[in-house]
Amino acid sequence: MSPRAQLLVAAIVALSILFILRLVRRRELRGKYAMLWVAVGLTLGVFVLVPDVLVPISDWVGISYEPATFFLAAFAFVFLVIVQFSWELSRLEERTRSLAEELALLRAEVRGELAASGDD
Amino acid sequence: MSSTLLIIPAFNEAEALPAVLADLDDLDLDHDVVVVDDGSTDGTAAVARAGGAVVLELPFNLGIGGALRTGFLYAVRQGYEQAVQFDGDGQHDPDEIAGLLAALDDGADMAVGSRFAGTTHSYEIGRVRARAMGVLRGAVKGLSGQSFSDTSSGFRAFRRPVLEFFSRSYPSEYMESVEALVLASLNGFRITEIPVHMRGREGGEPSNRRWRLVYHYMRLLLVLTASASLRGRAVPSDPPTQNQS
Repeated sequence: MSPRAQLLVAAIVALSILFILRLVRRRELRGKYAMLWVAVGLTLGVFVLVPDVLVPISDWVGISYEPATFFLAAFAFVFLVIVQFSWELSRLEERTRSLAEELALLRAEVRGELAASGDD
Repeated sequence: MSSTLLIIPAFNEAEALPAVLADLDDLDLDHDVVVVDDGSTDGTAAVARAGGAVVLELPFNLGIGGALRTGFLYAVRQGYEQAVQFDGDGQHDPDEIAGLLAALDDGADMAVGSRFAGTTHSYEIGRVRARAMGVLRGAVKGLSGQSFSDTSSGFRAFRRPVLEFFSRSYPSEYMESVEALVLASLNGFRITEIPVHMRGREGGEPSNRRWRLVYHYMRLLLVLTASASLRGRAVPSDPPTQNQS
């Protein structure tokens, strides 16, 4: 990677991490997502600032062009994050469903259409 | 209705809860009890109702932070002046509630029952855990400028301004009590620690959960670090009201 590319990526990584920390500070981002992104950022940051660590990895995987290894890693991380989001989305969808069900039952209860709930 | 509310967050505590509620009933204190059932599957809500408590049933498990926030919201909406968080598993001694409330009368906005403050050494914890808690204590001290001996206590009393603040902003992730201390402190609330005696619960952390614990510590340190720059700044929230006493 050229020094200029290195500088550019390092700057992007640093700015991203600062932005993430700012969101956490303002309580607009939860700790678990912050952890995810900061971990991704730090790993990519290490790859960019110490590109030599990419050489043995590239050799081992069989990639002759190190920046490609960097992009492979970046892509893999983004993929992981997206899988994590899908998982969270599924959970949220399930919870929204439960809330709707609770609401339907409560509505009937409030209108007096149901016998008072069993354990009273 | 009295002016003091006891908030008991409960997740599958059907076994221990009846005795706890009975103990609280015998207390010489004018109070109401609300049990927040955090999505239990063992009939906790029915047991709590049978014990005479008001029960808020969450439709699914929100974790201790979510359950507490529900309790705080209830306290605020119902107009309570102060509230005490109390465990449903029999870990806390009802007789020590008076000490926490006395601290509020003495001008504290929030009183935390500490296992380690003062001379009461009746609670043993593991060494790794103790060291990890030491690191957190250091971070909390750096941020709040106040040293706390027990950052994970779930035996706490709150005055109404704190209840209002927490009903909007109580942290919901694991080990929320640490974040809560820092938040309350950064927002100018006065926090006092009161030594209390706690009955220890058996069993340490199983090894397969240790990595999770490590993850949560890292996360917490990250959040605390990010909060660091809040210090000495105006934070968008209601200022604590001055104490009248």
